[in-house]
Amino acid sequence: MSSTNHVTMHERDMRRVSSRQTVGKIVSKVMVYTFLILMAVIIIFPFYWMLISSVKSISEYRLSVPTLFPREILLSNYVDAFQQANLGRLFLNTLYVGLVSTLLSLVITVLSAFAFARLEFKGKNALFAALLGTMMIPGELFTITNYATVNSFGWMDSFTVLIVPFLVSVFYIYLLRQNFLQIPNELYLAAKVDGTSDLKYLWKVMIPLALPTLISITILKMMGAWNSYVWPRLVANDEKYQLITNGLRNAFTDSTGDVNIPVQMAAVAIVSFPLFLVFIFLRKYIMKGVSRSGIKG
Amino acid sequence: MKIVLQNLTKVFPSRNKKAGEEVIAVNDFTFEIPDGKLIGLLGPSGCGKSTTLYMISGLQKPTGGKIFFGDDDVTELSAENRGVGLVFQNYALYPHMTVKQNILFPLQNLRGADKLSKEEMLERALYAARLVQIDNLMDRKPSELSGGQQQRVAIARALVKMPKVLLLDEPLSNLDARLRLQTREEIRRIQKETGITTIFVTHDQEEAMSISDLIVVMKLGVVQQIGQPQEVYDDPQNLFVAKFLGTPPINVFDGKVEGGRLYIGDAAVLDVPGVADQEVTVGIRPEGFVPDENGPLVCRLNSVEVMGRDVSVVSSHPAAQTPAIRSIINADCKVNSGETVSYTLKPHKVLLFSKTDESRIYFEVK
Repeated sequence: MSSTNHVTMHERDMRRVSSRQTVGKIVSKVMVYTFLILMAVIIIFPFYWMLISSVKSISEYRLSVPTLFPREILLSNYVDAFQQANLGRLFLNTLYVGLVSTLLSLVITVLSAFAFARLEFKGKNALFAALLGTMMIPGELFTITNYATVNSFGWMDSFTVLIVPFLVSVFYIYLLRQNFLQIPNELYLAAKVDGTSDLKYLWKVMIPLALPTLISITILKMMGAWNSYVWPRLVANDEKYQLITNGLRNAFTDSTGDVNIPVQMAAVAIVSFPLFLVFIFLRKYIMKGVSRSGIKG
Repeated sequence: MKIVLQNLTKVFPSRNKKAGEEVIAVNDFTFEIPDGKLIGLLGPSGCGKSTTLYMISGLQKPTGGKIFFGDDDVTELSAENRGVGLVFQNYALYPHMTVKQNILFPLQNLRGADKLSKEEMLERALYAARLVQIDNLMDRKPSELSGGQQQRVAIARALVKMPKVLLLDEPLSNLDARLRLQTREEIRRIQKETGITTIFVTHDQEEAMSISDLIVVMKLGVVQQIGQPQEVYDDPQNLFVAKFLGTPPINVFDGKVEGGRLYIGDAAVLDVPGVADQEVTVGIRPEGFVPDENGPLVCRLNSVEVMGRDVSVVSSHPAAQTPAIRSIINADCKVNSGETVSYTLKPHKVLLFSKTDESRIYFEVK
């Protein structure tokens, strides 16, 4: 008898303890979720604002007390956006610059990362340190010197000027080199004995093994090209070479200097959509690329 | 194919340039490895055995000397073109490829006249896989294999291009004890079946002795002795080789020779005719002790370990260089459980070494 008694007492104790634990768990969960919801609202709100503004009429947009739910939904803004801004052309330009610069940049990144990770040559470490050193210089400073350089080359208003100056990314080289260095030396030796050249080893072994990083780099580079603003604004004034961000800025200003913001917002929504898709489907790689390095994206 | 190493030397420059010290990893190694034999390169870590292997494979360039495969001087030939098979200690399988792709990989790199059709490649890969009994695992990735299976894949990959030489770098050290025994038999069988001249590196003397046709014992880059395992065990040329071979290891005593008799402590334990009077180091194999109540070598008895067939007697003696003397005796011989144990010695299991240079001092065994 006493033993069953003991058991039930013990169980009761346990239950009390566990109920106390449950309460604590619920409280902490509520707090965590409240925080997350708050952050989500803060982050989502600008996008929401973009979307509702893009369907408002210009008069509704200019109300002194802004409406959070549009009174009427004007999808015609989207059609206007396409027509006024020549979005198709801008899309194609941006896609072209993005693809070409990503492709060339990948080739350069892979080859230099391979050299820094695997080849032995005099001054390798000094050269790599110098390259890393350039990361300390703020990008804005490069803008000025790059501008002077491309100007003297006579490259203004061309695709070359949009692509070439940013082909080499020290950060990506660094990222990929670290990745390459993690591949054990024995694999290289094994491949040598198996009769491969350096280039074939790179292609057959290193690139497949570093594929997640390469995908991250591709996505980040594409996003960078898609989002770039200052440089294209400086060097490409000819409409033939304008990229999407600049197009958005300029296209919706009428002769009086007024900006038709709802239409501009519609255009922004259109432009953001591909990136949104990229993020949804490839976020695994984006996060990996950004978080592994822990420096910047 | 026979392999000839001629005055092979490898010097590594010092890491620390100021110290300027060079490391001589392999020093003047000359040896002819007969065709179709299994050679064990044996020595403690840092003795240059792996370096020797890498030089034969072409992954490291010798500082001096030459390497011949048959009559061809391959010293300047790079690893890609040397046509050797190499199995690494950690197997070095390509992690993103399946077993089949791993085995096919060396074949896909063949050029010119050696180039194979797809069907021939598959056939060869399957043959190699069957040889090591992994033909049912062809579509797995290395991460889905056990250590032993990975090791077999590595051997298959090394064998598939039918190399002139198969090199194995500590092939068994990542396997558990049972698998190690099994795999070393397997390596022996594969080597016999293919008849490929095979060199394998190990620090485990038991491993080397059990499967090698010839063993090469190295120390600090210098070859100490080359010979058949039993021959090297029975007749070591110096104290290092004697100490390195054998489990349990040889028991070492300080002794002296006076008037053709060997003394350990004050006791004359053995007649050693033909040896000049001198201080000597005495090595006695564990199986060289015969328990004998009236035996001259009296040791303090510490413990008796029963191993079934044999008995291992642990004792101590003031003249011994190690705290414990281990002898292996037949379980039929009764060891009295007193304070001491007395032995007579089997003359051919007693080895004398010079105190000055540790070289062997021979005496006539009656």
